[in-house]
Amino acid sequence: MSEQGPPLLEVRGLTIEFVGARDGAGRAVRAADGVSFDIGRGEILALAGESGSGKSVTALSILRLVPPPGRIVSGTVRFEGRDLLALEERDLRRVRGARIGFVFQEPMTALNPAFTVGGQIAEALEVHGVARGAAARARAVEWLDAVRIPDPARRARDFPHQLSGGMRQRVLIAAAMACRPPLVIADEPTTALDATIQADILDLLLAMRQAYGLSLLLITHDLGIVARVADRAAVMYAGRIVEIGPAREVLASPGHPYTRGLLASRPGHVPGARLDAIPGTVPDPAMLPPGCAFAPRCRDRFAPCDAARPDAFSLSPGRAVRCFLHNGAAR
Amino acid sequence: MSLVEVAGLVKTYERRHAPWGRPSRICAVDRVSFAIGAGETFGLVGESGSGKTTTVRCMLRLVEPTAGSFTFRGEPVFDLPAARLRALRRDMQMVFQDPGSSLNPRMTAGAIVEEGLVVHRQGSPAERRERVRDLFGLVGLDDGMMGRYPRELSGGQRQRIGIARALALKPALLVADEPVTALDVSIQAQVVNLLMDLQQRLGLTLLLVAHDLSLVRHLCTRVAVMYRGRIVETGRADAVFSAPAHRYTQALMSAMPGGAGGPSARLRYDAGSFDPGAELREVGPGHWAT
Repeated sequence: MSEQGPPLLEVRGLTIEFVGARDGAGRAVRAADGVSFDIGRGEILALAGESGSGKSVTALSILRLVPPPGRIVSGTVRFEGRDLLALEERDLRRVRGARIGFVFQEPMTALNPAFTVGGQIAEALEVHGVARGAAARARAVEWLDAVRIPDPARRARDFPHQLSGGMRQRVLIAAAMACRPPLVIADEPTTALDATIQADILDLLLAMRQAYGLSLLLITHDLGIVARVADRAAVMYAGRIVEIGPAREVLASPGHPYTRGLLASRPGHVPGARLDAIPGTVPDPAMLPPGCAFAPRCRDRFAPCDAARPDAFSLSPGRAVRCFLHNGAAR
Repeated sequence: MSLVEVAGLVKTYERRHAPWGRPSRICAVDRVSFAIGAGETFGLVGESGSGKTTTVRCMLRLVEPTAGSFTFRGEPVFDLPAARLRALRRDMQMVFQDPGSSLNPRMTAGAIVEEGLVVHRQGSPAERRERVRDLFGLVGLDDGMMGRYPRELSGGQRQRIGIARALALKPALLVADEPVTALDVSIQAQVVNLLMDLQQRLGLTLLLVAHDLSLVRHLCTRVAVMYRGRIVETGRADAVFSAPAHRYTQALMSAMPGGAGGPSARLRYDAGSFDPGAELREVGPGHWAT
């Protein structure tokens, strides 16, 4: 998507540790370990993974919002020419909300129950100096209309509890979009919603990209959502990106046994047939094996897998897989 | 005769918007009827608020139904005296959605699975111990886990405990309400396989409540689609999913993630066109819709 110039967001070697926690070998426990990816202008990158894979903490770290005891220990996050990890807190506050919007999973907790939804969007505009007073309130109504909330002028005066879950998520998207940030990070924005509402919200995000040239980092556990909206996909497992590339290619011809396993274990290929489940469970970050973290569950495991953690091997430009199967030299 | 026959089930709730206001009635379950044959897997599908969970909770009398009947093995469950109902409950067991909150955190996994046997006075302590050990094996758990507490187990292991507990009394009917929704993606398939294995080995009748159409399509022989308390479509799973007749079912299928995507390809259901009075008509062999 980004034909010329540097990508909008460039994450390199992002590593997040839990302060004080040590694994069996005395190493610090890492929630994210050397995470690198780009997002181009107007591009939708899906960061997919299970709980504990490190996808949410990665998203939070972009705005340095990692809750303690998590701590960013190394890496860079270049956005609009600056390293967000090196920015003064004061300057970072001008990026949060204004240049990078955030949509959280639970709209009920992300919205303040004591203020009207219109007031909350207007507040975002005022804080970032986009508009004030009556102008900000009018803009808030326009944004509610833009996210297709019926009767927006009346709805602007509603409190969060008066809206349905789907409507609340629309309000949150309106609030994230209100300052026209070039990048929005959405953490499981549809997980708590019904299937038809979920599809509406995904369509809305696609329409926002279309209308405003928005870039989106979408955090999800659902490969169906990746297929539906993502241009590119990164699959995380135990704190590392194990596969990244164009979403279509990653889903159609997955290179990592974990991605393959996730796709094969979904129901619906042959009704009534046993599912091709991935054995075992997601590892505890404090008890990772010395080699590849997926090796104990992997059916393609061979000698190198237990000896060292695999590097990311490039399959084609923009496509990489962290698995020794793709290391020509090892085979 | 079917093992399960639900006829005209109604559950209404009264709600007051203000303490002085007149209560309004909400029909959570509205004249719901279906039958399940022994050994069958029946799926109740719908979105949140469609009444699917309330339907099964009424059947097990975890909430009191307002009207209708439920016949289980020929016995009228809603009319039974308490003592008879208690005995019958052994044969109808439930697996809950959230294995975290449906297991007593102060009891060990072994004690949780054994509890039903104790309550229903089954066997001596030694026999019960043996039975619990068998159940752990049946659901694929190491019997070394019997002494563990729920918090020491993973989500998938907890759901296996929930299933073992439900199977302890050898029920004929297992009601599973969103049994894999709370689990990690890579663990869901393991639990789905377990349910299929158990059904085959034990000849269980399974009533599955789920919002995930691909799961229901995979597991169920027959399905009923619920919307606002009503069954709007029901029939053989292959018929319903290959040729959905109700506009709501069509909308639900087109909203499936991973289905043919894009805003233009999606069908929407206009809630204004819903007719709660419409009756089911046969639209094909073994396939009805309103």
